[in-house]
Amino acid sequence: MRLGLLVVPVAFFAVFFAYPVAAIVGRGLKVGGAWQFGRIADVLSSPDILHVLWFTTWQAGASTGLTLLIALPGAYVFARLEFPGKQLLRAVVTVPFVLPTVVVGTAFLALLGRGGLLDQLWGVRLDTTVWAILLAHVFFNYAVVVRSVGGLWSQLDPRQEEAARVLGASRFAAWRRVTLPALAPAVSAAGLMVFLFTFTSFGVVQILGGPTFSTLEVEIYRETAELLDLPTAAVLTLVQFAAVGAILALHAWTVRRRESTLKLVDPAQTARRPRGAGQWTLLGGVLAVIVVLILLPLGVLVEHSLDTPGGYGFGFYRALQSQGANGGTFLVPPIEAIWNSVRYALVATGIALAVGGLAAAALTRRAGRLVRGFDALLMLPLGVSAVTVGFGFLITLDKPPLDLRASWILVPLAQALVGVPFVVRTMLPVLRAVDGRLREAAAVLGASPLRAWREVDLPMVRRALLVAAGFAFAVSLGEFGATVFIARPDNPTLPVAVARLLARAGELNYGQAMALSTILMLVCAVSLLVLERIRPRAQPGGTPSDRSGEF
Amino acid sequence: MSHPRRNSVSTTTRASRTRRTLATKKLTVTALAAALGVSTLAACGSSDSGSGASGKTAKASKTVTLVSHDSFVASPSVLKEFTEETGYTVHVLKSGDAGAALNQEILTKGSPRGDVFFGVDNTLLSRALDNGLFTPYEAKGLDRIPADVQLDAEKHRVTPIDTGDLCVNYDKKYFADHKLAPPQSFDDLVKPAYKNLLVTENVATSSPGLGFMLGTVAKYGDSGWQDYWKKLKANGVKVVDGWEQAYNQEFSGSAGGRKAKGDRPLVVSYASSPPAEVLYAKPQPKTAPTGVATSTCFRQIEFAGLLDGAKNEAGGKALLDFLISKKFQEDMPLNMFVDPVAKDAELPPLFTEFGAKITAPQSVAPDTIAKNRDQWVKSWSSLVLR
Repeated sequence: MRLGLLVVPVAFFAVFFAYPVAAIVGRGLKVGGAWQFGRIADVLSSPDILHVLWFTTWQAGASTGLTLLIALPGAYVFARLEFPGKQLLRAVVTVPFVLPTVVVGTAFLALLGRGGLLDQLWGVRLDTTVWAILLAHVFFNYAVVVRSVGGLWSQLDPRQEEAARVLGASRFAAWRRVTLPALAPAVSAAGLMVFLFTFTSFGVVQILGGPTFSTLEVEIYRETAELLDLPTAAVLTLVQFAAVGAILALHAWTVRRRESTLKLVDPAQTARRPRGAGQWTLLGGVLAVIVVLILLPLGVLVEHSLDTPGGYGFGFYRALQSQGANGGTFLVPPIEAIWNSVRYALVATGIALAVGGLAAAALTRRAGRLVRGFDALLMLPLGVSAVTVGFGFLITLDKPPLDLRASWILVPLAQALVGVPFVVRTMLPVLRAVDGRLREAAAVLGASPLRAWREVDLPMVRRALLVAAGFAFAVSLGEFGATVFIARPDNPTLPVAVARLLARAGELNYGQAMALSTILMLVCAVSLLVLERIRPRAQPGGTPSDRSGEF
Repeated sequence: MSHPRRNSVSTTTRASRTRRTLATKKLTVTALAAALGVSTLAACGSSDSGSGASGKTAKASKTVTLVSHDSFVASPSVLKEFTEETGYTVHVLKSGDAGAALNQEILTKGSPRGDVFFGVDNTLLSRALDNGLFTPYEAKGLDRIPADVQLDAEKHRVTPIDTGDLCVNYDKKYFADHKLAPPQSFDDLVKPAYKNLLVTENVATSSPGLGFMLGTVAKYGDSGWQDYWKKLKANGVKVVDGWEQAYNQEFSGSAGGRKAKGDRPLVVSYASSPPAEVLYAKPQPKTAPTGVATSTCFRQIEFAGLLDGAKNEAGGKALLDFLISKKFQEDMPLNMFVDPVAKDAELPPLFTEFGAKITAPQSVAPDTIAKNRDQWVKSWSSLVLR
C-alpha cells in the first residue's frame, strides 16, 4: 500500500528528472562509446574551477547563516504573536520569492549601488561586493524560513513550555529543552533549503556579483548553453550532485533522531498579543528588518514604475496595454502575460502537489532504507541546474509518445520538479509528527486506511498542504531559468516579459519592465493572500486537532 | 500533439482525483482550479497555432515551425499575410538567447523541433555549418541581397536576413556639459580624456561584448588587440556581465541608466539604440539623447536556414523566401531594431532620422572566429577580469 503510493512520484522522477539528466551527463562523458573519466580529473585540477567551487560554497554558507540569523526571530513573531496586518505581511514577505532575479538585481542596485539610498545617506556602496549578493539571498529566502519554521512553531502546544516553567525551568531553559528540539527538524530543513538555493544561485550572482564572482551554476550554464562544452558541463554537474549529496547526508546526520511525535494544536490558539517589553521589542525589531530588507527594495521597484518623465503617474501601466508603440508587436498585453503565468503556475502546482503529496504520504512512516533514499532523491532537483534538466529534456523527450520538446507542458513540468521538494519538506515534519496511535485507534474503530488518513492526518496537515501549495505556486510564478530556454510557443510569462523589456533600449521599455514587475508582485501577493484566507478556521465544538492535543 | 495533451490531462485527472480523496472541500476548489486551468490550457492548445510537436498532426502540412531566440519578433499582420499567400501558418518557438537557442538545435540535430531556424549570426555561423545543421536551399529573391553578407554563397545552407552594428554609444548631454568632443574611434577610447568613462560587457557571457572585442581584433590584428585592451584597462574600462546591466544601469545616457544614476557616458551597444531611445520616450524628443561612435563598430549578420530533417520542407522553403521578401524585411527594423539586408527594403523614418549610418564596420571571417574564439575569450578574460 505504502509502496503503491510511491509509484507516481517514482515514475515522475524517473521520466522527467533522472533519465534526462543521466542522458545529458552521459553524452558529455561518453566519447565514441567509451567513458572518459579522465575528464573529471582534468576539469577538477583547473584553478579557475576550484576558485568557482570555493566561492560557491563559501557564499552559500554565509548566506544561509545570515538568513537564519535574520529570519528565525521573524518565524517566532509570525508564529506566536498576534498583531494587525499579520496575514498581509506574511504574504508580502513571500513576494521576493517569486520575483525574477533580473528585477531583484535592479532593485538591489538601486538600493546599494551608486546613487542608491545607502550612497545618499551614508556614502556606502555595496554593489560590487559580496555583501550585495548575501543581502539579496536573505531577501529571497527570508520567507522560506519564516513560512516553514513558523508554520510548525505556530502549531506547537505552548502549554508544554509552560509546564516546564512550572517545574522550575527558566524561560530560556524551557525554550531550549522543549521548543527547540521540536523545531530542530524544521529549522535544519529550512536551512538546508536555503543552502541549496544559494548554492545554486544564478541570477543574483550574475547581476550583483559582476564578472568577478561566479558560481558553479553560472559556470554550468555557460559551458552547456553558450559553449556547448558538454564534457566540462557534465563533470561540473557531477560535482554539484556530489555537493548536494553531501549536504543531504549532513542533513540526515543532524536529524538522525527522527522527528518526535509532537502535540500539534490549532495555530489560532497559540498566537497572542505581545506582552512585556521583550516581546514588543522583538516585534518592533522584526518589523524594522522586514521594512528595510524587503519592503524597501520592493518599494524602489514601485517607485521606478510610477516615475514617468512627466512626473509620477500610471503612464507606464497604460503603455503596457498597447501592443507596443508604432505597431511594434513586441509585447503581448500584460493581461495575457499574467494569465499565462497563472496558468503555468496552476498546472505546476497541481503536478507538484500530486507528486509531492503522494511522496510525503508514503514517506510518513520510516519504511527502510529504500524509502529514505527516495526522500533524499526528491531533493536533488533543487541542486541540479535548470539548463542541465532543460537540455536533458531536449535529447530524451524527443520520441512519441513523449515528444514534448515543443509542448507547453514542459514548462510546468520543469517548474514542478523544483516545487515537489518544497511540498515534501513542508508536509513531512507535520505528517511525521502526527501521533500514530490516532491512526491505530481509527483503524480499531473500523476505518479503512484511507479513511483513517482522511480523518486523522489530513486535518492536521491541511495547513502544511496550503503552505506547500503556496510555495509551489510562488516558485512557478517567478521561475525564470527553465522558462527561458525550454522552447515554448510564444506566450511569455511575466518574468520572461520583464526580461524581454529590460533587454531593449528606451525609457518606455524600462518603465514598462518596472510596471510589469510591480504587477507580478501584486499577483503573487494576492494569490498568497487568497491561500491564507482559505485556511480552515477553528470550528466551535473543537476540531480534530484540538482533540489530538488531549490524547 | 494528441499524445502530450492526453498525457497532461490524464496526469491532472489523476492528480485531482488523488487530491479530492485527500482533500476537504476547500482544497477541492484548488484542485478544481488546477484541473480547470489545464483543461482550458488544453482547449487553448488547439487555438495556439499547433501547440506541441509540429508535424505529427493532420495539420502538419499546414503549419511551419520557426525556431528562434528570444529576440525574434514579427508583426502578426505580416505573418498573417504569409498565411494568406502560402496557406502555411507560422508557429514560433523561442528558446533562450542566440547561443543557447543554436546549441539546442545542435543537440537535437536530425530530429529538429521545427522546420526553419532563425538567428545564427556570423560569430556562431561556423559552429552551425560544421555541425551540418542545415539543408541547402537557394531562397527566391537572393539577387536583391548584397554579396558581402552572403557568407555561404557557395552552398546556400544559410540565408542572410538582417544586420546589426555593435558600436560605442555616447551620452550627448555629458559631453556637452563637459565641453568634450565624444570619442569616434577605438584609438580615442584609450586617450586620457576619456578615462573611466566606458562600460562594456563580459566577452564570455554577452554577444555585444564579444562583438566589440572582435572589432578590436579586426582593427589591431592578432598581435595587437591584447595590447589595446591593456591600454583600455589602464584607462579604466568597466566590465559588467550583460548588455541590460551595462546599458540600463551603468550608462548615463539611457532612460534606465539616468534613473539608476549611471555614471558611465560611454557604453558598448547597437547603432540602433539611439532610435530606440527616441521611439520609447514619451513625449518623443527632437533629437536622440545618445549618439554613436561610428568608427568603433563591428557588424553582426543574422542568418536563417532550413533545418536538416525538417518535417515540412516545402513550408520551410516558403518561409525562407518570405523572410527576405520586401514585406518582412521592412517589418523587422521597428520590431527587432536591426537593418534589413534586401536592397529594396526601405528603412523607417525613425532609423534614417535618428540612427547612424555605419559605412565601414569591422568584420572577421566566420571560420577565423570559429578557430580562435575560445582562445581569444580565455586570453581576454585573464587579461581584463583578473
